[in-house]
Amino acid sequence: MLAHLPILQVIVPLMAAPLCWFLNRSKLVWLFALLVSAFTCLNSIFLLQQVMSSGTIIYQLGGWDAPWGIEYRIDELNALLLLIISAVGTVVLFAAHTSIQKELAEDRHTLFYSLYLLSITGMFGIVSTGDVFNVFVFLEISSLSAYALIALGKDRRALWAAYQYLIMGTIGATFILIGIGLLYQMTGTLNMADLANRLAEVNQTRTVFAAFAFLIVGVCLKLALFPLHLWLPNAYAYAPSIVTAFLAATATKVAVYLLIRFSFTVFGIEFSFSTLPLQSIFMVLGLVGIFAASTAAIYKTNVKHIFAYSSIAQVGYMIIGYAIHTSTGLMATLLHLFNHALMKSALFLALGAVMYRIGSVQLSQFQGLGRQMPLTMAAIVVGGLSLIGVPLTVGFVSKWYLLVAAVEVGMWPVAVLVLLGSLLAVLYIWRIVEIAYFKPPLPGREAVQEAPWTFLAPIWALVLANIYFGIDTRLSVQVAQAASQSLFGINP
Amino acid sequence: MVLGLYNYWIVVLLMMIGFYIVIAHGNLIKKLVGLTIFQTSVFIFYISMGNVDSGSAPILAEGVARYSNPLPHVLILTAIVVGIATTALGLALVVRIKESYGSIEEDEIQIQDQLTEDKTSC
Repeated sequence: MLAHLPILQVIVPLMAAPLCWFLNRSKLVWLFALLVSAFTCLNSIFLLQQVMSSGTIIYQLGGWDAPWGIEYRIDELNALLLLIISAVGTVVLFAAHTSIQKELAEDRHTLFYSLYLLSITGMFGIVSTGDVFNVFVFLEISSLSAYALIALGKDRRALWAAYQYLIMGTIGATFILIGIGLLYQMTGTLNMADLANRLAEVNQTRTVFAAFAFLIVGVCLKLALFPLHLWLPNAYAYAPSIVTAFLAATATKVAVYLLIRFSFTVFGIEFSFSTLPLQSIFMVLGLVGIFAASTAAIYKTNVKHIFAYSSIAQVGYMIIGYAIHTSTGLMATLLHLFNHALMKSALFLALGAVMYRIGSVQLSQFQGLGRQMPLTMAAIVVGGLSLIGVPLTVGFVSKWYLLVAAVEVGMWPVAVLVLLGSLLAVLYIWRIVEIAYFKPPLPGREAVQEAPWTFLAPIWALVLANIYFGIDTRLSVQVAQAASQSLFGINP
Repeated sequence: MVLGLYNYWIVVLLMMIGFYIVIAHGNLIKKLVGLTIFQTSVFIFYISMGNVDSGSAPILAEGVARYSNPLPHVLILTAIVVGIATTALGLALVVRIKESYGSIEEDEIQIQDQLTEDKTSC
């Protein structure tokens, strides 16, 4: 049993998704999905422990040896991602029942849960597999279910957002497919470890350059790197609240994982950073992304839009850490992956609670909510502080390491720009705080009650995690450090 | 050399045509058609990649020693299924968009969205 943990992580939610249709009663399905999700969460904790104590786990599907069969390979990086996805997926799902009762028609509840489980399956698959074609298949599983989940939104603009996401997501995935095809053409293998070995011989050919370019662009579309982010704001803003909280915390993170996996493991650091001026391209795009997206966030009137744009800015920070191209920089990226998942899921869940009570997340509707929904708004404030990077929150930890990494290699201007970018975050968080706390309640509206405890419990669990991991950084830093050092080939 | 690789030229041509349609056309169905052409070009690319000179179909038979590589064919079978799923989902979304917007033209939908946006923000 213990030896099969890597595959169970993927198989269990995959099998559970169709089983939802047999239960077909909203509350039952919810409990079932929660159970499955909690199982994957426990499972990923076990996997992480195992990886940290005894190194990379290799699991061969069906017992076929690696270059011929598909293998699942779990090292520190994969284990960290698995933990992020499964933990956030479980906590968010806890609030799902309350939230979707308000936002979805009764007959769509089962559909919602099975799509949710499929989406989570796809992400687990992408992260655990060591086979590049498997990556594509799981990418499509998670993306297709994500499009459908977004289209479930109540507003008709959700349909339009899902359609646009489908077009851009499919272009991205097809680019990845082309890249994989070109790699197979040159090496005759699809296994990542095997590819890494064989690419060394042929990596100065034009085919490999083309493959690299296609893969990078495809992955960047998926991770919403500025200027390929156009699908993201509306998709996040009009999807059901639970879906937003889940996708914002996981979907782009998985794409960042793919970027790291392809450039570090498959192509090798040497190749990735010498053939294309990847370092300067990503540095510039990351910085421009931070400023452009944060500025856009300041002018938005829909709070979900504000945080969606802020997600694009946060991707910018991750990319900068990647572009600094040292083990500290990569570690900052991985830390920010973990931390951003914590803050964004807390923030979007809190918005879900607001949506539940007042049925809208327009900024003007937030008037007076500070007194009427004190706990929810406090959660938004703490999440916002974390987004800005105030000490004692997780946001501070990852930005601190990012600054350290930038200064280490003498990139002072980058460090300064990162700090300036955080000031922009202060502006858009302050707009929300100002309206919620310093304006009288909206006239003509009945008194708004605090969100129900099924919402408050997961929101505050995430908020407390935000604070806890901001103070006690042992777990997150240790894992991120181990992962980045093993990617750079440094033995601790 | 250049003409000998004609299948790859066809792939590139189809890819560009498909991509152009996706970008240039405002009709949602046409966009999906473009997307399908774009994806299909990749299928052809994989299939021609698996071809081995004077190799026969990858089926065991008497007197045949040289086979084409079956793996790209199998891979692309999966990708075709994925493509069908994408197209189906896309078309389903277009049906729903038509129901709620009354149009499948990108610019008309954007005008309607702009109107609702103006209404909610003031």
